[in-house]
Amino acid sequence: MVSLLDIIGPIMVGPSSSHTAGACRLGLLARALVGGTPQTARIELHGSFARTGEGHGTDKAIAGGLMGFRPDDERLRTALEIAEHEHLDYRFEKTTISDDAHPNTVRMSLERDGRSSVMTGSSLGAGRVLVTEIDGYPVEVTGNYDTVVLVAEDVRGSVARIAGILAEHGLNIATLRLSRKQRGGDAFMVIEIDEPPTEAVRDEIRALPWVRWSFRLPKVSA
Amino acid sequence: MYRSLAEAIADAEREGRTLSQVALAREAADQGRTVEDIRSALGRALVVMRGAVKDGLTGDLYSASGLVGGDAAKLRTGPAGPLAGTLFRDILARALAVQEVNAAMGVIVAAPTAGGAGVLPAVLTGLAAARGIGDDRVIDALATAGLIGAVIADRASLSGAEGGCQAETGSAAAMAAGAATEMLGGTPAQAGHAIALTMQGTLGLVCDPLGGLVELPCVFRNATGAAIALAGIEMALAGITFAIPVDEVIDVMGEIGRTMDVRYRETAGGGLAATPTGRRLARERLVQIKRSDG
Repeated sequence: MVSLLDIIGPIMVGPSSSHTAGACRLGLLARALVGGTPQTARIELHGSFARTGEGHGTDKAIAGGLMGFRPDDERLRTALEIAEHEHLDYRFEKTTISDDAHPNTVRMSLERDGRSSVMTGSSLGAGRVLVTEIDGYPVEVTGNYDTVVLVAEDVRGSVARIAGILAEHGLNIATLRLSRKQRGGDAFMVIEIDEPPTEAVRDEIRALPWVRWSFRLPKVSA
Repeated sequence: MYRSLAEAIADAEREGRTLSQVALAREAADQGRTVEDIRSALGRALVVMRGAVKDGLTGDLYSASGLVGGDAAKLRTGPAGPLAGTLFRDILARALAVQEVNAAMGVIVAAPTAGGAGVLPAVLTGLAAARGIGDDRVIDALATAGLIGAVIADRASLSGAEGGCQAETGSAAAMAAGAATEMLGGTPAQAGHAIALTMQGTLGLVCDPLGGLVELPCVFRNATGAAIALAGIEMALAGITFAIPVDEVIDVMGEIGRTMDVRYRETAGGGLAATPTGRRLARERLVQIKRSDG
């Protein structure tokens, strides 16, 4: 359903909703996977991101997103200089991720305080984004909701237990998707929630013995 | 939101309300928000639009490539043409201003997209300034513009990569025309004709930016888009009607976009981007961007 405010918006730093605002949102999502501004970032640009990214400030937008700047933050313009003060050691590369990847796709390999994560995502146009892979797991995260992602051993009742924790904290699930690489292998859960989950929720989920890791991804849409 | 402008116009006329009123009511119901809350979000958008117009007119802004910039100010201070001192010239300047801000990585409202972001603020703030129209009515006009854009998004497309420039600046012009017609006291039916009369003038327009960058001709397409919107508004308010219903005009825009060759959909493979000079400029300027960043 199209919202009037999707049409009159987003408020953003130019010049391109896909190559600038969307790129920034992908940076914001990737940042959450390492819990803050990464110390090193290898950023691989694919397709149109690689061909026209520099002219659209895609590099600045992604670096800005990695530092927590939102799409309407004027600091995006000078994000590459700011990155040096923030000790974000970034490296951009042009690559072909796959033949059928969306034209505006980026893969970010990040490290922060010994934590590392690899995220692949695409900018679909009009500032909308889709994260398609996290640490080798295929996912679909839109950033339209606060989202919990977690990897768990494939145990019975895991979905009910997680849903229970969210319900106890008064959180309403908008969508829930479960994927796994093979039967009995690790399961990957992506849960979109109507309200942002607290740290207590994250800690409770992480304390479950069969949860390998879990992250909160922020809502990054307007 | 509505999926047909004919339906929105019929609702408005039957209930003796404006298109902005029916649009706000529908949005409030769809999103579970209050009309006041939606209007305040639109009010924030208006503040950003005004800021971009102001910065673009007074600032000395250039894109990283240097391909565009500095032209909005020429319409303010440059030599007179046949439109000197008119609202028309002021609106052209405002459209260039917002797009120059956009190309220079300034803050704009993507309405409906960043590439077409100059048309709506130019037409609405230009008319409001000339006629002394208050912010409440401009905010209402933004709601009407949002309604029109939502219907176009649903029935056709707002993306140059999907439907060519007719889907971006063409849609922006149609949104501005319908919104301004209401703001100037036109009936919902007249707003519908203004949209159709404007969109018929942008059908088939290709998206052919040099190097794939939102710069050339995008900046100027916003000014000419505003000009076509003004023509649509003027004709509709004079009582001129367009024989093809507005929803059918939108549908055919979508169809033209879907069948448009990929060279003309933001790939820099055709149109102005593929001219000898277009190719040369794109090559040279991309080298310059790398140097300025290094």
